[in-house]
Amino acid sequence: MLYFTAIRYKMPESDSDKGKHQRFFIPEPNARPGDTPDFSQLPISPVGSVARPQTSASPETLRDLPFKLIRTLNEDGIPEGEWQPEITIAVVRKIYEYMRLTRIFDTKMFRVQRQGKTSFFLASRGEEALGVVPSIALRANDMCFPTYRQVGWLLARGYPLVKLINQIFNNSDDPLKGKQLPVLYSARDFGFYSLSGNVGTRFGHAVGWAMAKAYRNSDDIAIGFIGDGTTAEGSFHEALTFASVYKAPVILGITNNQWAISTFTGLATNKDTTFASKALSYGIPGLRVDGNDALAVYSVLEWAADRARHGHGATLIEFFTYRSGAHSTSDDPERYRPKEEALLWPLGDPIERLRQHLLTSKAWSEEKDGQLHKMLDKQITESLKEAERIGVLGESKPDVREMFEGVFKEQDWRAVEQLKELGL
Amino acid sequence: MIMNIVQALNSALDVMLANNSEVLVFGEDVGYFGGVFRVTDKLQKKYGHHRCFDTPISEGGIIATGIGMAAEGLRPVMEIQFADYILPAYDQLVSEAARLRYRSNGDFQAPITVRAPYGGGIFGGQTHSQSPEAIFAHVTGLKTVIPSNPYDAKGLLIASIECDDPIIFLEPKRLYNGPFEGYHDRPLKPWAGETDSNVPEGYYSIPLGKAKVKRAGSEATVLAYGTMVHVALAGILESGVDAELIDLRSIVPLDVDTIEESVKKTGRCLIVHEASKFSGFGAELSALVTERCFYYLSAPTIRLAGWDVPYPHAFEWDYFPSPKRVAKSLKKLLEN
Repeated sequence: MLYFTAIRYKMPESDSDKGKHQRFFIPEPNARPGDTPDFSQLPISPVGSVARPQTSASPETLRDLPFKLIRTLNEDGIPEGEWQPEITIAVVRKIYEYMRLTRIFDTKMFRVQRQGKTSFFLASRGEEALGVVPSIALRANDMCFPTYRQVGWLLARGYPLVKLINQIFNNSDDPLKGKQLPVLYSARDFGFYSLSGNVGTRFGHAVGWAMAKAYRNSDDIAIGFIGDGTTAEGSFHEALTFASVYKAPVILGITNNQWAISTFTGLATNKDTTFASKALSYGIPGLRVDGNDALAVYSVLEWAADRARHGHGATLIEFFTYRSGAHSTSDDPERYRPKEEALLWPLGDPIERLRQHLLTSKAWSEEKDGQLHKMLDKQITESLKEAERIGVLGESKPDVREMFEGVFKEQDWRAVEQLKELGL
Repeated sequence: MIMNIVQALNSALDVMLANNSEVLVFGEDVGYFGGVFRVTDKLQKKYGHHRCFDTPISEGGIIATGIGMAAEGLRPVMEIQFADYILPAYDQLVSEAARLRYRSNGDFQAPITVRAPYGGGIFGGQTHSQSPEAIFAHVTGLKTVIPSNPYDAKGLLIASIECDDPIIFLEPKRLYNGPFEGYHDRPLKPWAGETDSNVPEGYYSIPLGKAKVKRAGSEATVLAYGTMVHVALAGILESGVDAELIDLRSIVPLDVDTIEESVKKTGRCLIVHEASKFSGFGAELSALVTERCFYYLSAPTIRLAGWDVPYPHAFEWDYFPSPKRVAKSLKKLLEN
C-alpha cells in the first residue's frame, strides 16, 4: 500500500477513550516529538522516470501525472530524463544565488525579530526554490499571487533589500506606510500581489487576473500559490472551478511543505491521494514535482506557462517540499514534530542540491561558492544596518496621517473629524 | 486558584469535557499542539483525540461540521484561531446557525459555541487584531459573549456551552495573560493579585445577559466590554470623574436594565470599544440609551472607539483607545 502523504497515520497510545468512539476516525501523524520519523512508505518516483508530454496534450491523456513525482537531479547532482529544462548555466547560477540570498535574509531577519526589532517574521527555509524559480522562469509582465513564504520572488527580481527591511520595521521609509504586518509585502511593479494574513483568499484573484489578460488578448499569465493546509478552504475549490470553466491562462501552485503550523497533510487531504490529483475532478492537468529540485521546478513551470500562453488553460502543480523551520516567529516546531524530521526529509535541501549540481559543471567551485556567500552576507548586513539607521519598529514610523490614507480613494468627513480629534 | 484567562478557559473546557460526553472541542491546531494561545493545552492528552481534535484549515468547514453535530445533539465547542479569520464561516453562522431553529420551527437547533481570540494591543496587524462583534450582534439568533477577566471567562464559557443557542465567544487576547489598562509603555502585569483572578477549579456558570457594575459612580456611566473594561477604568481614575463603569459581559443578550438604571442615575453616558466607530456596537448602545433615558440625559452620549480605518500595524497605539482618550471624553461629557 502506498501512501501519498509524507507521514502515515497512527493511533495515539494514550487515547483514554479507546473503543468508545471506534467508528469516529481522527487522523494522526505517525511521528510526534520523541518518535523516529519514517518516510519509507513515501512513494518517490525514480529520477527522470516521468515522461514529459507535449504542452498541448489534452487533459484526459495526463491523468496519471498527479500520482508521480517529477524529478530531474539525481544523487550526484546530474539531471536526468525528459523533464530536464533547457536552461543556461548563467540562469542556474542566478537561481542559486537568489536561493542563497533568501536563506541568509531569512536567517538574519528571524534573529532580528528575536532581538525585539520587529513584531513578527516568517521564513521560507527549505522552500527557497518556490519563491526564486517562478520569479525567474516567468516573464516580467506575469503576475504572482504568492503565499507569505515566497520572498525569494521579490529578491530574484531585484527588489531593494533596504526597502524590504523597512517594511519589516514599519519605519518612516516603509513602502506600505506602516499599514501592514511585517513580511506581508506588496510590489505590483515586481509582479508581486498584495499579501494578507488570511490564507487562500487570493487564489481566485490569480484566476481573475489571468482572465483579464485573456480578455485583453495578451499572452501574459498569472501564477497563484496556496499552502497544502489551505486547500481545505472553499477558496481553493472556487478558484479551480473558475480556472477550469474559463480555461484561464493561470498556473495554480500548491506548496505542499507537509506542515500547516502543527497539523500534518493528513488533515488537509486523505492519505490515499495527492494534492495534485485534485486537478482531475476539474478536468485540468495536475503535476506533482519535487519542490527541492530547482531544475524540476523550473521545468514544470515552463511547461505550464507554455500551455497557458497558448490557450490550453490552467495547470495545477503540487510542489512537494518540506518546511524545515518554524511556521513563524510565533511557534516552536519541536513541540509538535520530531526535531530531526527536517534532516531526514528524503528529498534533501534545495540549496545544497543545486550547489551540488553547479559544482559538477566546472562553471562553479568551492572557492566561488565561498566568495558568493561572503558577498551576499555583506549585502544583507549592510542593508540591515541602513534600515536600522532609519529605525526599527517603534523607533521610527510613517506620519500618523497615513493611518487614514487609502481607506477610500478620497477621505470622507469621518477621517477629517477623526484627524482633528488626534490633533492633526 | 489563581488563573489567567487562558487557564480559566482551559479549566472551563476541562470541566465540560469531564461532565458531558457530548461536548467536543476542535479547531485548527487545538488538538496535539493545544492551540496557538494554549487554551486547549493537554485536553487531547486527557480526554483522547475523539474529544479534542485538530481540523483542516477551513473555517466554513469547521462551523458547518459543528452545526451538523449540534443538530444531531452534540455540543461542539469550536476554536477559530483569530476572530479575523471567521469570515469564511459567516454564511454558516448567519444563514444556518442563527436560523436553524426558527426556520425548522424547532425541529432542529444549533447549540454551538464558537471561541475566537479578538482585539488588538499585540501588534498583530490587520488580520490578528480586529474586533468584529458588531457584525454578529446585528444577526438575530446569534449570541455574542465577551469576558474581561479569568473568573468571568470560565463561568461565561460554561454557560455558553450549556446554552441551546449558537454563541460567538470572543476572547480579548490582550488580556489572556494579564490585565491591560492601555499603558503600553509600562511593564506587563500578571493576573495574580487582581480580584477576578481567583477562579474555582470546579463547575460554576455565570448567566448570560447579566452585566457587572465594575465601579459604582454618580457623575457618568461608562459602558465597555473586553479589554476596554480595563482601559476605561484606568481612564476614569485618570479623569477624576466619579463615573460608574459597567462591564457588559455579553452584548447579545444585553442587560439593558442595568444600563438604563445607571444612566438614569448619572444622566451621562460614555461608550468605549476598540472596533471602529461607524456602525459599531456603540451605535446600538447609544440609540438604546437615547430611547430609554432621553429625559434623564444632561449631555449627548459620547462614543469612544477605534478610528474608521482598518487595523493599522505601525499605528497600534494611535488607533487603540487609551485611558487618556477616556479621561478626555469623560471631561467633555461633564462640560454640559
